Amino acid sequence: MTPAMIQLSADGRLQHFLTIEGLQRKHLIEILDTAETLSGVAERRVKKVPTLHGKTVVNLFFENSTRTRTTFELAAKRLSADVLNVNIATSSTNKGETLLDTIRNIEAMQVDMFVVRHAVSGAAEFIARHVAPHIAVLNAGDGRHAHPTQAMLDMMTIRRHKGEFANLRVAIVGDVLHSRVARSNIHALNVLGTGEVRIVGPKTLLPADAEGLGVHVYHDLAHGLRDVDVVIMLRLQRERMSGALLPSAAEYFQQYGLTEERLALAAPDAIVLHPGPINRGVEMDSAVVDGPRAVILEQVTNGIAVRMAVMSIVLGNRAHPQEDFA
Amino acid sequence: MLDPEQLSSTLAERLRVLLASRGITAPALIGIRSGGAWIAARLQAALDLPGEPGTLDISFYRDDFSRVGLDPQVRPSQIPFDIDARDIVLVDDVLHTGRTIRAALNEIFDYGRPRSVVLAVLVERDGRELPVQADVAATRLTLGADEYVRLDGPNPLSLTIQKRP
Repeated sequence: MTPAMIQLSADGRLQHFLTIEGLQRKHLIEILDTAETLSGVAERRVKKVPTLHGKTVVNLFFENSTRTRTTFELAAKRLSADVLNVNIATSSTNKGETLLDTIRNIEAMQVDMFVVRHAVSGAAEFIARHVAPHIAVLNAGDGRHAHPTQAMLDMMTIRRHKGEFANLRVAIVGDVLHSRVARSNIHALNVLGTGEVRIVGPKTLLPADAEGLGVHVYHDLAHGLRDVDVVIMLRLQRERMSGALLPSAAEYFQQYGLTEERLALAAPDAIVLHPGPINRGVEMDSAVVDGPRAVILEQVTNGIAVRMAVMSIVLGNRAHPQEDFA
Repeated sequence: MLDPEQLSSTLAERLRVLLASRGITAPALIGIRSGGAWIAARLQAALDLPGEPGTLDISFYRDDFSRVGLDPQVRPSQIPFDIDARDIVLVDDVLHTGRTIRAALNEIFDYGRPRSVVLAVLVERDGRELPVQADVAATRLTLGADEYVRLDGPNPLSLTIQKRP
């Protein structure tokens, strides 16, 4: 899939947020810096700023995801926007309405932003190409393609703990092939100039064109973890285990499960990320999940700040600056 | 005429008198970024107050987001004290339309409920668009519609009157 140039305006500013591909370092740094500023809002008595007061954000979820929807919803509410949750998985597309008819109907309710989650790669970009020009579209995960806000919350979490990306070794472990989180993280890490990005997993779960992504490939977890500063674990979808790609959950854990013994091969202060929900005893041992290196709950907290940042930047870039500044 | 250090000293003296007249002995200063924060630091020292003044960045509270978008230079507000029941001195460099002060008051109340707020500004100029007035100002100016006051700093401070292009 080509980078969605539609997400940038003619002068190179974010109009939608569909994928990390095609973005520059300055775009990602602006999101991270704005997210850092906004993270303080949650520590105040009133956990809200009035920035998007009067705007309407629609969570358009064609695929269920309680956590992602909840953090987008909280992000919009903490910016004082009104939020409408439309769960299409149980809604009118089941009654024969086409996707574009659904979009047109919600558009007619005078909304300002769609947050789209869909099982088909490219769905968010498709919607961005067809919505009314004043509506911004954020990709909350499309098929195997991209999950850019997840990548940015991972980058925020890494930057908070490790600082400069140039000095880091990062390992992404598990089902990279089917993972939109992995794809977006690889792009983000590369745009931010990460020293070394590794992907680790069985041949059946790594992309064939991996080297073209700018990563080093490891099939052995012990080798892949050696001296890394950051470990990003991926969720293993249950349907992979019933298919031909994997023998069994137990065997997967034996070879690719992250245990404290294996984590000891990484740098002494290495951190462990996971996008959730975790399959305990499949991707990771509970001792690691609950241990001092895991920053999984910080990821959830940072996810709200990152989504607030993206929403305010994208809608801010749609402002009309023709009038005076006074 | 516009020596900002001299004006800061004048402002400190007038503020001292105002606070004394109101019986406020433990004020908490909050400067609006960036010019107001520079002035607040000078007032904090001149009034010999303990600790650091707070700093507000009102970017997320502006009323013109739909017209100008988000300031990419936005930084976190830092209020290193509990605002509840405190006597706050809100400090800015220039009072012009009053919109910045409205935004700052809204943000302050999202941190807590102060006992009182007074507004101290270096320069009070004409052009108010909201019912906001300074309690103390070091100087008052009447300027042309195409003129504005610019404070550069923090060390040294430099105050100039400029014309919009």
